[in-house]
Amino acid sequence: MDLNYSQEELAFRDEVRAWLNANLPQDLRDKVANYGELGREDLLRWHRILAKKGWVAPAWPKEWGGTDWNLVQRYIFEEELGFVGSPPLIPFGLSMCGPVLLRFGSEAQKRRFLPRIYDGEDFWCQGYSEPGSGSDLASLKTKATRDGNEYVVNGQKIWTTLGHCADWIFCLVRTDSNMAKKQEGISFLLIDMKSPGITVRPLVLMDLGREVNEVFFEDVRVPAGNLVYEENKGWTVAKYLLGHERMNTGRVGASKRELAKLKAFASAQPGNDGEPLIRDPRFRDKLTRVEVELMALEITNLRFLDQMRRTGQPPGADVSMLKIKGTEIQQAITELAMQAVGPLAQPFVPVGSDAEFDAFTAGLAPRYCNYRKTTIYAGSNEIQRNIISKMTLGL
Amino acid sequence: MNFDYSEEQQLLADSVRRFLAKDYDFETRKKIVASDEGCSAEAWATLAEMGVTGLPLPAEFGGFGGGAVDLMGVMEAFGDALVVEPYLATVMAARLVARAGNEAQRGSVLPRVVEGRMRLALAHTERGARYNLAQVKTAAKPVAGGWQLEGEKVVVLGAPLAEKVVVSARTAKGISLFLVDHGALRLRAYRTLDEMRAADISLQAVKVGADALLGEEGGALPLLEEVTDFATALVCAEAVGAIKFACDTTLEYLKTRKQFGVPIGTFQALQHRIVDMYIAHEQARSMACVAASRADSAQSVRERQLAVSAAKIKIADACRHVSQESVQLHGGMGMSEELKVSHTFRRLTVIAQQFGDAEHHLGRFAALDTEGT
Repeated sequence: MDLNYSQEELAFRDEVRAWLNANLPQDLRDKVANYGELGREDLLRWHRILAKKGWVAPAWPKEWGGTDWNLVQRYIFEEELGFVGSPPLIPFGLSMCGPVLLRFGSEAQKRRFLPRIYDGEDFWCQGYSEPGSGSDLASLKTKATRDGNEYVVNGQKIWTTLGHCADWIFCLVRTDSNMAKKQEGISFLLIDMKSPGITVRPLVLMDLGREVNEVFFEDVRVPAGNLVYEENKGWTVAKYLLGHERMNTGRVGASKRELAKLKAFASAQPGNDGEPLIRDPRFRDKLTRVEVELMALEITNLRFLDQMRRTGQPPGADVSMLKIKGTEIQQAITELAMQAVGPLAQPFVPVGSDAEFDAFTAGLAPRYCNYRKTTIYAGSNEIQRNIISKMTLGL
Repeated sequence: MNFDYSEEQQLLADSVRRFLAKDYDFETRKKIVASDEGCSAEAWATLAEMGVTGLPLPAEFGGFGGGAVDLMGVMEAFGDALVVEPYLATVMAARLVARAGNEAQRGSVLPRVVEGRMRLALAHTERGARYNLAQVKTAAKPVAGGWQLEGEKVVVLGAPLAEKVVVSARTAKGISLFLVDHGALRLRAYRTLDEMRAADISLQAVKVGADALLGEEGGALPLLEEVTDFATALVCAEAVGAIKFACDTTLEYLKTRKQFGVPIGTFQALQHRIVDMYIAHEQARSMACVAASRADSAQSVRERQLAVSAAKIKIADACRHVSQESVQLHGGMGMSEELKVSHTFRRLTVIAQQFGDAEHHLGRFAALDTEGT
């Protein structure tokens, strides 16, 4: 047993870290550090910098631009991205639509979409949730009716993250309502956001950030060639994505960065007695427990990775565990950060607006609000528990 | 980076596990606990044969020079089977002898420990000292031909079974260790909550020879800290074994116990709780790896202490969480003395506080962390 990275792995990490530090533009770094709102151009700018370096889609096959890194190297890269404080790589194209096309897409679809995803020419979003279909995703009702060489799509998607930035949306749509099981009769469809009949409406969250949307489809005509895999087999595609190896789902690197920031902040911030807040045992104990949880998560993550490396088997349902702990830790850090500034958490400055006072402090409360989403999105933590219960424990 | 046990580590863990499954099953263990000695001479002899007693001791005395990682699999198996042998006590005292003893002391004690012919105990904790290793009131005065010990030690694990006891006492130069024959000590022996044997030791004008001093006079504190961190790493691994058993047996119960005409494991209220138990198990296992990896290979004392404290915080929380939930999910049956899970509950309850509870280690971690900034 050796919990340390090997010399080669450390050298790789140092190389990645040095390059990221040298190539992450300062204004983007500041925006992330101050919890500013990242728009389409911010996100694509960083995406293109990485694409140019050849690092934007490490997990893809080499012929499509992958790096041929091993599992540990990919993990290290993802953690370093989080740790350096870069804008996030938007997953909808790179780690969702891309892998789906690589696994299920036709040659024509791959050639058409993959290079544009890689180069950051198309910005993708995901059309899964509907007003009546959240955790019960398979009950979705958005309907696609075949009409000659086209599908006609009608319905509504909701919680569409960055839908207002997107050129394309991949959707789960119902192509047959008469199947015995609701999982059958669903198809995976790629839709151009510029298609007539699509309306995007912002859904303002409690932090007043512009992040998620409602997307309405009214007689939207989609070429039949945009169907991925077979008609009525979309659930197979969706399940593949759910089970798709997501080893960085705990987001350890980003949480490490946030925790270090919180500790530095609590060391500088006075508590009631004028001593640094970090010396207040009641605050400190909460902080340490989060720190220990994060350590445990990192080691658990590495253990799963090691297991995968040895067995060649993806970790399956246990990834749910990383999602549960990772998001709980992210939330705990935002809560402690807001707690650390005490009464100064009250001034509310919406992200992206010009703050007259300390932008960092003013960003803490909105961020706390915003991060409540983490235990809800991408399969709520309760759904993750259901998955472990069923798949791992056999209940 | 790799989390595998080496082939030797795995082989030893497997054979210990097989032996315990065959000869230390729950019914046998009950008889052992109820016996006069409260432990099993046969089991001890077998463990010695397998090399378990010699594993953490130097090769020059017949041991294998193993560290905490080498012992992890064994301790996990102990936690699973709820072994009540005075292994931890013997290892702690033996490692002090190995670290501090002179040739005569090492030569007279260690080979016999390795061979399974001698069990030891460490008498350090005192009433009111809680987990503060530096708090020692027991005094050792130089007298003609040796030392005289005066004071009281409490909850000395394995003391009733030990041929020799390492006793800490304060001299003019600080905390010192003495290797004392069992016969020289007055014991009030009892069973612990987790069904092990322990004793309070009253030291009234106990005279020992000059050759009883173990190591440098006044130099014992760093050694006590070191051996306590080592033992903490071991109980972390033991806890993982016990936690795993508690999770598995509870899962089994959820699948078989029927109420309202269905297995209670079909209820989501219970499913989510057992999932959280399994998550706690994985997180605890990760931290046990951290503790074992750093307990005797850390670059610095501070690094060792930070790792061990971080691990013990998580393990202590997981011990409480999983033990309490395993009883709750068993319903009334979980309360019953008949079921092994209630005994696992008792061991986990003790481990949660052994060598410092979560709050103690939160304090130590914070102090070390602040010191480093």
